[in-house]
Amino acid sequence: MEEKKIRVVLAKVGLDGHDRGVKVLARFLRDAGFEVIYTGLHRTPQEVARAAVDEDADVVGISLHSGAHMTLVPKTIQYIKEYGGKPEEMLILVGGIIPNDDIPKLKELGVDEIFIPGTPISTIIEYIRENLKKKKGSINER
Amino acid sequence: MNVDEIVNGIFSKNRRALARAITYVENELPGSKEILKAIHSRTGRAHVIGLTGFPGVGKSTIMSKLTEEFRKRGKMVGIVAVDPGSPFTGGALLGDRLRMEGFDANKQLWVDPGVFFRSMSSRGRAGGLAAKTGDVVKILDAYGFDIIFVETVGAGQGEVDIVKVADTVVVILMPEVGDDIQLSKAGILEIADIFVVNKADLEGVEKTVRWLRSMVMMSEEVVQTLSTLTHADEARVLSGEIFKVSNHWVPPIHTTIADRGVGISELADSIEKHYEYQRKSGGLLKRRSSRAKIELEEIILGEIKNLIKKKFNYTEILKEIVENKKDPYTVAEEIISKLCYER
Repeated sequence: MEEKKIRVVLAKVGLDGHDRGVKVLARFLRDAGFEVIYTGLHRTPQEVARAAVDEDADVVGISLHSGAHMTLVPKTIQYIKEYGGKPEEMLILVGGIIPNDDIPKLKELGVDEIFIPGTPISTIIEYIRENLKKKKGSINER
Repeated sequence: MNVDEIVNGIFSKNRRALARAITYVENELPGSKEILKAIHSRTGRAHVIGLTGFPGVGKSTIMSKLTEEFRKRGKMVGIVAVDPGSPFTGGALLGDRLRMEGFDANKQLWVDPGVFFRSMSSRGRAGGLAAKTGDVVKILDAYGFDIIFVETVGAGQGEVDIVKVADTVVVILMPEVGDDIQLSKAGILEIADIFVVNKADLEGVEKTVRWLRSMVMMSEEVVQTLSTLTHADEARVLSGEIFKVSNHWVPPIHTTIADRGVGISELADSIEKHYEYQRKSGGLLKRRSSRAKIELEEIILGEIKNLIKKKFNYTEILKEIVENKKDPYTVAEEIISKLCYER
């Protein structure tokens, strides 16, 4: 039996064209042995949620530089539930320009971790490997 | 979700169960075999369409436009898109999904409940598909999709695994992919049921279509007939008038400009026509039987391999072979006779 591969859906949500960061991350996660599904620019929360459920994502990474994170991130989580997914079994990660004040608020809304600019990529990879297996009831629980 | 929940979920059209079943099968998790056993009786109803061609010719774009077209025709569409996975790190960047874009802004393919899209890594396997693509197709089939698209890895000349999965194989080319000798080489051009020359707004499209047509038409009968004709008959040959009588399926050649949707509905017509033809001519049954045979043999071989691993000490055996104490043929015979005759 092969080891189960970690599937990551990476998304840019809303009117935000800054995709350099997410593309670099996609490339490095690939090299770390993950299966990365990059969904492209200008996605709606519904589209990202659908991708997360259909692709059976273990990790959903949302990149935002537009300032709309307090609206779009909770909506994405809400639609994952609506489409039959279990966000509590996934790692929901947010990256980009997120003001310090918003970080605890996002975590309260169901985001597992926030990575702001300057985070070493190895930190993100480590975080995923360490925390995915702690997800209770999920397919990755160890 | 346990195996029973997954199987019942598939039968009751639960998308999460469907997604999870694919994860099970793709990773060969314990229980994946039980899932495949349970759904088998409900498979064989979908029309499986393979899309293959060189990288960058527009496979994903054509697929998304075809998906929109078949949705208009009232079909449920399941999609498996395979992208290369690294044989070195095991990782993959799966980027077919982001091409999914229809024309109708009010009817978005991404959130359409009649569309299911799954990205798949080839996981380092050659041939254009992942090892488990066929099993994933079965799950989509059992779930109840009418049409299942399988998009291969950007394929070169030898990646022909798609014939083991698809009822209709669409090979996509574009202008300037090579000359007539390139198009006469063995490989993916042999497996086409339908040809598409995409990006038909680029220069050189007529030449590519002409080369393809001469390749497709080249049978002994045709060559014989041609040798009796003169230049005066050229117009009749090109119009297809002379060779219309053939009873065989002659792969049609379509030109498309996929991002603008040009030629897509004609292509969809051809795909439906080919399925009809295959069903009536018995070709479908033949193709599916030979597929079942390949599959069965693969399963048997896999089981035998597992059995050998369980019963014999491979390291010891391999050491004897490397040290020239025994030859691999004798060892193989010994293993087989032990497996078959000693219980």
